[in-house]
Amino acid sequence: MPATKLNLINRIFNGKNAVIGIPYLWLLVLFLFPFLIVLKISFAEPIVAIPPFSSFFIWGESFWPTIQASLYNYIFIIEDSLYINAYLASLKIAVISTLITLVIGYAIAYSIAKSPTRWRGILLMLVILPFWTSFLIRVYAWIGILKTEGLLNLLLLSLGITDQPLTIMNTNLAVYIGIVYSYLPFMILPIYANIEKLNISLIEAAADLGCRPFKTFWQITIPLSMPGILAGCFLVFIPAVGEFVIPDLLGGTETLMIGKVLWLEFFANRDWPLASAVAVILLALLIIPIMYYQKTQEKAIK
Amino acid sequence: MNKFTKFNLMALVVGFSFLYVPIILLVIFSFNESKLVTVWAGFSTKWYAELFNNQSIKDATWVTIQVAFISSTIATFLGTIAGIVITRFGNFKGRTLFSGMIYAPMVVPEVIIGLSLLLTFVALAMDRGIFTVTLAHITFSMCYVAVVVQSRMSSYDDSITEAALDLGSTPLKTFFVITLPIIMPAVISGWLLSFTLSLDDLVIASFTSGPGATTLPMKIYSMVRLGVTPEINAVSTILVGLVALGVVSAALINKYQKQQTNPQT
Repeated sequence: MPATKLNLINRIFNGKNAVIGIPYLWLLVLFLFPFLIVLKISFAEPIVAIPPFSSFFIWGESFWPTIQASLYNYIFIIEDSLYINAYLASLKIAVISTLITLVIGYAIAYSIAKSPTRWRGILLMLVILPFWTSFLIRVYAWIGILKTEGLLNLLLLSLGITDQPLTIMNTNLAVYIGIVYSYLPFMILPIYANIEKLNISLIEAAADLGCRPFKTFWQITIPLSMPGILAGCFLVFIPAVGEFVIPDLLGGTETLMIGKVLWLEFFANRDWPLASAVAVILLALLIIPIMYYQKTQEKAIK
Repeated sequence: MNKFTKFNLMALVVGFSFLYVPIILLVIFSFNESKLVTVWAGFSTKWYAELFNNQSIKDATWVTIQVAFISSTIATFLGTIAGIVITRFGNFKGRTLFSGMIYAPMVVPEVIIGLSLLLTFVALAMDRGIFTVTLAHITFSMCYVAVVVQSRMSSYDDSITEAALDLGSTPLKTFFVITLPIIMPAVISGWLLSFTLSLDDLVIASFTSGPGATTLPMKIYSMVRLGVTPEINAVSTILVGLVALGVVSAALINKYQKQQTNPQT
């Protein structure tokens, strides 16, 4: 074998490339390639067969296949107000719950950062513990509390705060509670990490110069903790838009979230091409926040 | 800044009550004699006994443990490599795509990941079952491991590895003798994180699983759809207890290791 060719092979198969190659190849095959398949199938038409969709490539006489792409599913989604409404409702529910999570999460993160040092380890652990506990179980726990004959109504009735049980279960309010509850640790952790690193001398300087605590908080602490706030908001907002378990278990007929629509198209209607098109549009909506989140994460490493 | 006010105390009390009261109630009512979840009728462990007689729950638990164990082990291997590649390999070709693929699975909605993996398995004509669920779990877990390892890698001083290399140690030996012991706590927490993520996953498993491979979350989900029962509370309590035990012991291991490496603190 000529020396140059051997060199090339060595360069490609040296240790470093092999090390990069293993996880790289895995993610290409099982993360990126699947998206291309979803994209491909979103242009197919549903047929009664196994698999239940028309083929994308038609292999004929020539070397190259003919591509048979149909915009059928996309036109269907745009023309049917159910899908548009589901996308809009998901975005709205995600925005509102992210804001509520931010307010509660910031108060907790800020208070942990201000607590005595010896408490912080245990407090952080208490934040992380629910994050490790099953999502499904934590959502399930709320059913027993929120339902009409549930524990919350039992408490409110026995205290005489209301004389009629509140209907919270199977409404959007229950979905908000579920999302805030489930994603709270995702908000607290990045904000805490950021506040903990804050340069305290800036806050002390503001106080020394006569700035009132509340003003210092708004004008110094909040702007300085912006990276943590943004990271937390993205970590809550992006998954919340496509959430399935929470609207399915806590929401009612009024709750129309796109993650659930996708699930039903796939499992109940077995319309794989339509489910794929729903997924492609959902991803297109989320791609900007996802890219922005990644950019901030990249910056955080450097 | 350093003053801990009444407001802070209140925020912590209210915040942690919000986080913990639902779980505590769930645990309490798993010991309820009555079938009604909201009426207390005395202490009983009969729901746990019932659980141990429920064959389909036992089968689902076994499937889940197998998937979680295998997927977290492979994910830790792949994720550790990925975390090192991202912090130490500089700007190699395709780095942006690589780091994109590491961070994306953590935020892309689960329904999309599940759907895309399922369609891939169908396209590759793979039979769905324990194997495909395991592949799916490795894929998202390795990203979490990569992030945990990467944050440990970026905080440790590279001069030790450089010294080892200068003194003639091979890169492979340097990795096993110097780097790996230093990042070990991160690797262990990565494994535990992968294990619990796999244990928890409902959505991706529902898409990628096939007949005969019902995982515990899938089983619990189908039970929940039929209503709230003390039996679900009992299985949930066991899961919560196991996870709490795991997290607390991981934290203790971490603390112990830190004391070993920095005796002055």
